[in-house]
Amino acid sequence: MRIFVAFVVGSLFGTGLLISGMTDTTKVQGWLDLFGDWDPTLAFVMGGAILPMALAWAWTKGRRPVLADAFPARPDPRVGPNLVLGSTLFGAGWGLSGLCPGPAIASLGFGGTGGVAFLIAMLCGMMIAPPLRSRLDPRPSPV
Amino acid sequence: MPYEWIMGLAGGGLIGVAAAIFLLVNGRIMGASGLIGGLVDGSGRHDWRERAALLAGLFLAPALLVPFMAGAQTHLTNNWGVIIIAGLLVGVGTRLANGCTSGHGVCGISRLSLRGIVATVFYIGAGALTVVVFKHGLGII
Repeated sequence: MRIFVAFVVGSLFGTGLLISGMTDTTKVQGWLDLFGDWDPTLAFVMGGAILPMALAWAWTKGRRPVLADAFPARPDPRVGPNLVLGSTLFGAGWGLSGLCPGPAIASLGFGGTGGVAFLIAMLCGMMIAPPLRSRLDPRPSPV
Repeated sequence: MPYEWIMGLAGGGLIGVAAAIFLLVNGRIMGASGLIGGLVDGSGRHDWRERAALLAGLFLAPALLVPFMAGAQTHLTNNWGVIIIAGLLVGVGTRLANGCTSGHGVCGISRLSLRGIVATVFYIGAGALTVVVFKHGLGII
């Protein structure tokens, strides 16, 4: 059942990315293009997504998930070098390509080899990250 | 309000509902980089079916809908150097930071997590700077 729910969640996520325009790299780069032809659409997408999630978080108090034992614990609030450097590197790649991990998968349906190449490069990057992570900040990583 | 903003709000709402279902039913955070990364580096081996099912839906639903949505398109660059370097940066960066736009941006900010807010400020700042330098400065993208 959890697996079926995950498939439905992924399908809704992908549909949301597609209809909001977030699978279009120029729309994402337009949001980041503060000194060019700025496109505020992404702010509406973020706002639209954060609102139901904020309600969901509020609802979790004193309750349990339907198909699990507990809700995820609040993350360690520590802001370390991994978070800052990682987010900066990610932002640079996001600006260069207009793709972040979710839309990178959701936009594969458009076809073309560029998206596949991006995905393979992203998976390679994800493989080399763990040793780098423990080197930057040897404390256990807050997941 | 322009049509694209309304579609942004509607699509964003759907993304938020998806994340809310994953949280309330499966008790999990819908973060794309964490779900993918756990399959790649082996840290998510114990729940690989749940991860794979979510990613299958994330790929299949838009792939099936694209032919029916006249306006839907993408504009990924043809510059292979840019594609490879950007992919590597996104992969390394999201795993170092333990999250991306969905995990830190949507799920983190909505619970007022300091880490989520700091990550979002840094990746949007770095993205904006990159577009200024590589689009308006060097003209590469």
